[in-house]
Amino acid sequence: MLRYVYANQLHLYPKLAETMFRDRAGQFRDRLGWDVSVDATGAERDEYDDLCPLYVIWEQADGTHGGSMRLLPTTGRVMVNDVFGHLTGGAPITSPLIWECTRFCLAPGAGGNVAAALMLAGGEVMTGFGVRHFVGVFDARMVRIYRVIGSSPEILGSEGQGRDKISVGLWEFTSQSQAQIAKRAGLSPELSRLWFNRAFGGEITEQMALSA
Amino acid sequence: MAIQSTTNQALEDLDATSTLEGLQDVITTLRDAFGIDHMVYHWVDSAGDQYGCGTYSDAWRDHYIAQNYLRLDPVISGCYQRFHPVDWKRLDWSSKSARVFQAEAIKFGVGNQGYSIPIRGPKGQFALFTVSHTCDDEEWLKFTETHSRDLILIAHFFNRKALEFEPNRIPDQSRALSPREVDAMTLLAMGCSRAQAAAKLSISEHTVRVYIESARFKLGALNTTQAVARAMSRGLIVI
Repeated sequence: MLRYVYANQLHLYPKLAETMFRDRAGQFRDRLGWDVSVDATGAERDEYDDLCPLYVIWEQADGTHGGSMRLLPTTGRVMVNDVFGHLTGGAPITSPLIWECTRFCLAPGAGGNVAAALMLAGGEVMTGFGVRHFVGVFDARMVRIYRVIGSSPEILGSEGQGRDKISVGLWEFTSQSQAQIAKRAGLSPELSRLWFNRAFGGEITEQMALSA
Repeated sequence: MAIQSTTNQALEDLDATSTLEGLQDVITTLRDAFGIDHMVYHWVDSAGDQYGCGTYSDAWRDHYIAQNYLRLDPVISGCYQRFHPVDWKRLDWSSKSARVFQAEAIKFGVGNQGYSIPIRGPKGQFALFTVSHTCDDEEWLKFTETHSRDLILIAHFFNRKALEFEPNRIPDQSRALSPREVDAMTLLAMGCSRAQAAAKLSISEHTVRVYIESARFKLGALNTTQAVARAMSRGLIVI
């Protein structure tokens, strides 16, 4: 299932959180060779994890991490502006309607359905929270894989060579393609919406306490 | 259109003001323009001091403080350390104290519906921008769906102003348009469509839309027409 968890709620899902940070080490340090910090427990974390981001996490049946991404609004400190500002037009990209999506990660063995589920979640965030665009940091070699899923980031600029090549770009999570992505994820759009509503306190029609 | 021009003028006034009274005038004008019961902006600066402006009655504000409702208000706990907008119906009102609080709020004219936008500023500054109204669920859903993005932008425009009041603040560089944003806005000002602007800049239309969105926020405008007008009147773009 899809979970939407702010950093200060991660303690409620210890197994999920632990496996997410471990899988991030596996993907970004071991497989992609990025220069990231991995602590003694095997968790990959950076300073943006300390800014109370919102994580979208695919939880597998056994409670472990299947895939995830990390969201922060570009009105605050974000990687695309702090680290890659020169790739995004020469000045910060800033708007409460543009969020950053980083650390898009898949657990070893996770299929395209998990990536598609995360894309679906991106669409829920756009619809539910008024977000218009996601700008992100990703490995350019992954673009082809994302394209197969039906949603790939558009590259604004890249830096580094070979294994170190990191790109900044725009994620297209359009609500128009929701149905198609839902199919690839093997989920119904209704279930996806239910998970989103559940995460943000939403059985909105059932709670009539505030009704006039 | 009337709403738009009133809102546009109010946002110009917001940009120009340097006093709390100025904020109060703007928020009252905006509340009237949106045709709702209340609009409130409340912030805590990096030193921990609280400020606010808005249209709640003095009686409600005094009662809220006297009762120390801050500690049980579901809107506060539901928005703290968050950055997504929250419809009040999505909050947990199940406890007895929350229900009592809610009944009091309605009695004092806050309204039965609300939508709050939490904002995190630098160095621990944070704020909450709220609109509230008295209507049924369907009407409120329609209102929030229509206006959520404008309200989010307005909330952040207020916060940007509040940050100007911070002691020892460092001048804000984040409102400078990037060369790419200037390019995109210039082409729009010349009458190009987004697709034409994209073709001229050899970038995708999606990328153009992101630059325009970012420029719009930096310029303090809700729509592209306003943003182009402001960029021109400030001499940021020349055609």
